[in-house]
Amino acid sequence: MGKFWVIFVTSILILLPFLCNSFSLETPTARRVLVLLDDFAVKSSHSSYFNSLRSRGFDLDFKLSDDPKLALQRYGQYLYDALILFCPSVERFGGSIDVAAIINFVDSGHDLMIAADVTASDLIREVATECGVDFDEDPSAMVIDHTGYAVSETEGDHTLIASDDFIKSDVILGNKKINAPVLFQGIGHSLNPVNSLVFKVLSASPSAYSANPKSKLLAPPSLMGSAISLVSVIQARNNARILICGSLSMFSNRFFKSGVQKVGSTTKHEKSGNEQFLTEISKWVFHERGHLKAVNVKHHKIGETDEPALYRINDELVYSVEIYEWSGKRWEPYVADDVQVQFYMMSPYVLKTLSNDKKGLYSASFKVPDVYGVFQFKVEYQKLGYTSLSLAKQIPVRPYRHNEYERFIPTANPYYGAAFSTMAGFFIFSFVHLYNK
Amino acid sequence: MSAKESSNAALRYLNTGNTLQHAFGDVLSYFILLLIGILAFSIRIFSVIKYESVIHEFDPYFNYRVTQFLTKKGIYEFWNWFDDRTWYPLGRVIGGTVYPGLTLTAGSIWWLLNSLNIPLSVETACVFTAPIFSALASWATYLLTKEVKGAGAGLTAAFLLAMVPSYISRSVAGSYDNEAVAIFALIFTFGLYIKTLNTGSLFYATLNSLAYFYMVCSWGGYTFIINLIPMHVLLCVITGRYSSRLYIAYAPLVVLGTLLAASVPVVGFNAVMTSEHFASFLVFIIIQVVAFVYYIKGILSPKMFKVAVTLVVSVGLAVCCAVVAVLIALVASSPTKGWSGRSLSLLDPTYASKYIPIIASVSEHQPPTWPSYFMDINVLAFLVPAGIIACFLPLSDASSFVVLYIATSAYFSGVMVRLMLVLAPAACSTSGIALSEAFDVFTRSIKFQLPGVSKAEIDVGETSSAIAEEQNVAGKTEKPEETSKDRPSRKKKKEREHEEKPTKAKAEKKRLLALPLVATVVSLLLLVFLGAFYVVCKCYFIKFGFSTRPLALLVCKYRILGMDAEDVYKLHCVWAAAEAYSAPSVVLSYRAHGRLHVFDDFREAYAWLRHNTDVNDKVASWWDYGYQTTAMANRTVIVDNNTWNNTHIATVGTAMSSPERAAWDIFHSLDVKYVFVIFGGLIGYPSDDINKFLWMVRIGGGVFPHIKEADYLKDGSYRIDSQATPTMLNCLMYKLSYYRFVETDGKAYDKVRRTEIGKKYFKLTHFEEVFTTHHWMVRIYKLKPPKNMIRGKTKKSKPKTSSRSSSRSGTKKKNPWH
Repeated sequence: MGKFWVIFVTSILILLPFLCNSFSLETPTARRVLVLLDDFAVKSSHSSYFNSLRSRGFDLDFKLSDDPKLALQRYGQYLYDALILFCPSVERFGGSIDVAAIINFVDSGHDLMIAADVTASDLIREVATECGVDFDEDPSAMVIDHTGYAVSETEGDHTLIASDDFIKSDVILGNKKINAPVLFQGIGHSLNPVNSLVFKVLSASPSAYSANPKSKLLAPPSLMGSAISLVSVIQARNNARILICGSLSMFSNRFFKSGVQKVGSTTKHEKSGNEQFLTEISKWVFHERGHLKAVNVKHHKIGETDEPALYRINDELVYSVEIYEWSGKRWEPYVADDVQVQFYMMSPYVLKTLSNDKKGLYSASFKVPDVYGVFQFKVEYQKLGYTSLSLAKQIPVRPYRHNEYERFIPTANPYYGAAFSTMAGFFIFSFVHLYNK
Repeated sequence: MSAKESSNAALRYLNTGNTLQHAFGDVLSYFILLLIGILAFSIRIFSVIKYESVIHEFDPYFNYRVTQFLTKKGIYEFWNWFDDRTWYPLGRVIGGTVYPGLTLTAGSIWWLLNSLNIPLSVETACVFTAPIFSALASWATYLLTKEVKGAGAGLTAAFLLAMVPSYISRSVAGSYDNEAVAIFALIFTFGLYIKTLNTGSLFYATLNSLAYFYMVCSWGGYTFIINLIPMHVLLCVITGRYSSRLYIAYAPLVVLGTLLAASVPVVGFNAVMTSEHFASFLVFIIIQVVAFVYYIKGILSPKMFKVAVTLVVSVGLAVCCAVVAVLIALVASSPTKGWSGRSLSLLDPTYASKYIPIIASVSEHQPPTWPSYFMDINVLAFLVPAGIIACFLPLSDASSFVVLYIATSAYFSGVMVRLMLVLAPAACSTSGIALSEAFDVFTRSIKFQLPGVSKAEIDVGETSSAIAEEQNVAGKTEKPEETSKDRPSRKKKKEREHEEKPTKAKAEKKRLLALPLVATVVSLLLLVFLGAFYVVCKCYFIKFGFSTRPLALLVCKYRILGMDAEDVYKLHCVWAAAEAYSAPSVVLSYRAHGRLHVFDDFREAYAWLRHNTDVNDKVASWWDYGYQTTAMANRTVIVDNNTWNNTHIATVGTAMSSPERAAWDIFHSLDVKYVFVIFGGLIGYPSDDINKFLWMVRIGGGVFPHIKEADYLKDGSYRIDSQATPTMLNCLMYKLSYYRFVETDGKAYDKVRRTEIGKKYFKLTHFEEVFTTHHWMVRIYKLKPPKNMIRGKTKKSKPKTSSRSSSRSGTKKKNPWH
């Protein structure tokens, strides 16, 4: 899939400020989020989640999903930076919103959060499919886990799952370890393993399966084991981020506050991991974390400072780029030791790891290969959880000029001697021949 | 006509030997030469008058771009120019791979005019370079033919060359190609060689080397010179015509010429390392040996010489054998035997079609058809045999060269239609000789019949110049043959003449001269009659727009009927210059229903690209349009007309022959943003990409074997209708050419292939149409970017595949388990 990521500097330059704008660098609080609900009751039943978003500065706009005045954009301008679909049972959106409008919203770089439910409508499933996530097609199926459920008052309800199978990524889930399991009750989904854009954040345990809990299981379930994903995230090619989750109740105040004890485990946590998990992941989805930017791509010959229009073969050069990460409040230097630069013409001629100075400046120096042509400096940085960096800068490499070769080659001295001695000999011969009468 | 008659007058004056008359004749002939120069120039500017001052065709656009660079950046930058806007991403070292003669010439013309405060644009200088050099070329022809058969023949030949259609086709104003200056250089080199051969002057030998250097700078065809001259030298040596003049004409040329040639970057070490040049070195060795033998012969007594010969021959033979064996081994060790592909295809006409489709695919590398001979050199084709005969009577060093030149170039022109251009000067030269001899006889015979002209005076005239006498003999013997060929009724009479001919020269001369008078009068009458008839027919043809072929045939009929078709020739040339060869091919026009239709689609498309795409975008097309895209649209191209990298061209050919998805991958890996195709199906423009497509398949298949020509042919025939193969109907070229074509007339009828297309309704998944020109001749497509998200699968039963290419069917199936 890497080759599809080839985006030129120009497009990067267009893309970056775009993302940054929607991200509103100075006042992240100005972020406008549209929340679509089936019922305004959700607003209060999930208030602590919404409050946590609000407290981080988001401007939440609650609407009913069938509100006839719904619109994502007006006069070609998007009214919102992100969309939260907490309306699993909606059959048809009101206003001008439909599947295509939502996909266009994402394709223009905006974020999306979908929470489905056992009542998930075809519409919500279709949106999820467009994003690369397939909910279980059985409309009444739920994720059941007979060995990983949370102990609760009503014995025998194994649909309330306590899962702690998180994705191992600090970028997505934050530095702080989530100790308590996360409560989940809802439908599962599967991902296409070929799809490189989508990741399971919270997957079900190997003993889970997806079926209708109320009926008898007659045939093997279509979704089983850890292939079931409970919560997934998608980072689209334009770095728009999407969260898809099969449980709306996960976000509820009840789940946030309830204690959790996984069956078979002796430790009882006072508070479930839901709040921490969902807050941290929303930080990732809304680009408060894991968002990189590369600026000041520079290259020059060693010993010079100006950027040349082209290089000569075998020149020594320095390539440098500054990479910063958004911390939620400001751009901070990004520190990693796995950023590589390619000197590329149909295939990489040079592949070198960039060294950084811990202040965001990455640089590498290398020798231009002994091949002329139109090369590119390429940085293809795709790391789990981070926005992908695709920098390409075209630079021609020319051969030697006519006067850049050595004028006299020492090994050719015999030939020089031969040439000059012949000339001298001919001169003497002519002289003798003409005047020796 | 006037020029020719005056040329005869000049000849007559020259022959009298009177100093005053001689001087007058000289002045007159120079005046005629000036007029010929003006004629050569003005006949070539029809294209500017009829169309506009624009660069023509494909290669000239590259030359124009190079010249612009030269005038802007100077010669050193030009020499070291690495062009990163072609052959992306490989780039091309222009300075080292281009013949700089033309560019430097036009650049110096521009510089000179500018320094004289005549502010012309570079384009104007480029457009008019070819006409200027055709004037120079006709003067060079004068030099060449004068050295062979005297000033009269020279003037006639120069006049013919000024108007020969073959040369006009490559040198109309705007046809800014290497050949424009190279033909001048070629003729001039030959002329100086003959001049050196006749005079034995080292000065001319040096000039000859410089002319050769200019030729090497200008055109790859210089190998013709460096093979033809050694051939001639060898011929002279073998026929015992060795002289010190021959040595002086040849030896400095090889030494100086090779040194100079090697200093042209594009030739470099090729001047001593490739087989094309070996003949000259071999002959150089031979001529040294021969010179030495003659020298020894001069200082030894005949007896001693015989002894020396036996001694040297026995030793020398052994040494020679060894050297030759080593040489052959060296040459044989290289796969192509040291010959370049183009040269090999000249020696073996089937070579290119067998091994190098890229050379065979160029139309100007195809063998010519018979009508193209009549079209391109017209009546000269019939005058050439007469000229050859004239050259043999008597055979001199110089005339043998012309015979050799016409023989070899006739062969080469039969292999490649492009080399008709090399044949043209030879044909003009021999025809000039033939005509001049013929007119010599005519005028002389009329002069004899005139009362009051004493025989004695004529005799003085005859004997005053040995050359003149030779000419007479040649003319007398050649002319009757010509007439006898043309008119069988007179054949018997002429044959009788032939029988009488070998008798005593003096007695015969008078009778021979007396007889052609009848022929003269009849032929002159016939000439006037045919000329008038021809004019009428020509007007008729032009008016009703008949194709050139019946015309050429008609012309050839005249030639069979009549004997002197100079008038016909002239008219044909003017017609060819005005109608056939002036079209710039970037702008097309045709007349229908009394109106002139102009198709300016190419420039429309290039302008669109220039104005609507980013300056660094890469544009892919078939290589024919590469030069124009870089010059007119100023966008980076993947391949262009300098076909130096076969693999790269094959990559583009493969992309064009592949299905959409595979083609997208190929183009995307080359960073291509836009792809355009030339499509003539709507207006009936036959040289479009669909007609060239089989070459793309062949060239692509030559490097990437999964592309097979047979997949695109239905039972061996190339078709795009409903019988076409699925591979053909799904390849990118078909789709890009015929996308939305059905919307034009509802039936999708292709006017070039004269059929309805096979697949009419289809969508493009990886390309989107961004621009189609007014007449649909150029269709520009943009590569779609990869989709932002990868869609999930909707059906569980299907095997897991990347859904990017899957159809967007939104249907959902129920879980089969429930």
